[in-house]
Amino acid sequence: MIESLASLLNIPVYALNAGLSAIILGIVSGVLGSFIVLRRMSLMGDALSHAVLPGVALSYILGINMIIGASLFGLLAAILIQFITNRSTIKSDTSIGIILSSFFALGIVLITFAQSGLDLTHILFGNILAVPKSELLQSFIIMLVVIAVVSLFYKELLISSFDPVVSKAYGLKTNFYHYLLMMLLSVVTVSSLSQVGIVLVIAMLVIPAATSYLWTNKLLHMIVLASFYGAFSGVAGVVVSFNYNLPTSGTIVLVGVTGFGISFIVSPKNNFFRKGLRTR
Amino acid sequence: MIQVKNLNVDYFGNPALEQVDIDIPLGYSIGIIGPNGAGKSTFIKSLLGIIKKRSGTITVGNSDIALCQKDIAYVPQKSDVDLTFPITVRDTVLTGTYPKLKLFRRPGKKEKELVERCMEMVDISDLAHKQISNLSGGQLQRVFIARALAQQANIFFLDEPFVGIDLVSEKIIVNLLKKLREEGKTILVVHHDLHEVEEYFDKVIILNRKLIAFGDISTTFSSQNIQSAYGSSLGNVQIKGLGGLV
Repeated sequence: MIESLASLLNIPVYALNAGLSAIILGIVSGVLGSFIVLRRMSLMGDALSHAVLPGVALSYILGINMIIGASLFGLLAAILIQFITNRSTIKSDTSIGIILSSFFALGIVLITFAQSGLDLTHILFGNILAVPKSELLQSFIIMLVVIAVVSLFYKELLISSFDPVVSKAYGLKTNFYHYLLMMLLSVVTVSSLSQVGIVLVIAMLVIPAATSYLWTNKLLHMIVLASFYGAFSGVAGVVVSFNYNLPTSGTIVLVGVTGFGISFIVSPKNNFFRKGLRTR
Repeated sequence: MIQVKNLNVDYFGNPALEQVDIDIPLGYSIGIIGPNGAGKSTFIKSLLGIIKKRSGTITVGNSDIALCQKDIAYVPQKSDVDLTFPITVRDTVLTGTYPKLKLFRRPGKKEKELVERCMEMVDISDLAHKQISNLSGGQLQRVFIARALAQQANIFFLDEPFVGIDLVSEKIIVNLLKKLREEGKTILVVHHDLHEVEEYFDKVIILNRKLIAFGDISTTFSSQNIQSAYGSSLGNVQIKGLGGLV
């Protein structure tokens, strides 16, 4: 199917694969990223995407699907971060820093231990020119699962993000939704490995969602716009990087952040110019 | 009856509430008063299970309060809510219907009509499309009251609902609480101002880390009880302004 579509559009198959996977990643990270941004978990998202590295390495060594290892380590990291914060007076940003770096370090050691086969550079920075068809399919399925889970739990995710205090007051298990999101985040990190890599996953999660936030007053609108913008910056990044021979992951992120910069200045919600005048 | 037994709550290692035992009868409007830091908000938050208690049991009727949390509507202090969240007035009120909706169920036509009625009751229908950070303090408080109404609860917990709001909003809220009270609902209000206590409530809980007194306004809201909660000097200052109080 992809081959015939590629010949129809008169572009090489690998380029079409790259474009499609950028669209898939854009959509899924827009959906998930909206919640990450609204729950003030950007740093947490960054930590989790780094923390899946040992899971990826172990999966390779054991010959199992990367999603299994990655979600296990992602969830473990989320639990440990919470544990350190709850059981000491250490603040959460510090415990995030500790877990992020030590899991990442463990991952690097494990990958070296595994030798060959796994290319650390590709995992860290992505390799969009070599997206195999199986991986494309996997990303597509992950996208469908994320959208399904978010729509099923939409009202619970909304209220626990908007007003966690009242949610707890009426008996909602807010912790469950926290870990559900962490779990989805770990899985999405895996699906983004080939495109932007572990280091820049957080940009895909945060930048489209934050840009969309500046234009919307409803959660659903924010999610839809973030997905569109994520897909757009993905495709635009791929096109620009192919034409000018630039690294794809970096280009995708830079395209995305350009839109954020423009929105920051012109969005009526942010009201940049009037705020500027008022402070003077 | 809301029965509180042996309630102890710590706040960062220090006792915030000690040995509170109280039986709160249903169907009354009850003010919770006490000086700053007396544990008034802590009291209702620990009843609702929002903050952990060191010890204590809380029952409503004969069952643990955790089993009937959906029947308690809670209006938090404004500072506890993220006002920058992308949500309109109408959708905020709609979240009030969530507690009684089953998992995977979305609010339908019935819930949406209820939301319109609740917005009318506090006169915010014309603000329905606004994002909530664009409202005045009084309008915002009315939004949260409307959300509590949409929950169709029998018990209402309100945390300082009259702080930082305009007179019109205060009047609307007071009248609405009176109406709820006439319908037989139970209303607990954390209140910091001693002036309107007699006008607003049937009963009063006086707290200062410990339960100082609980009972009908006529007998419990006395200068002696107030002084033992606020300290004699402050108590005198507060009471001077009250005129008729003995």
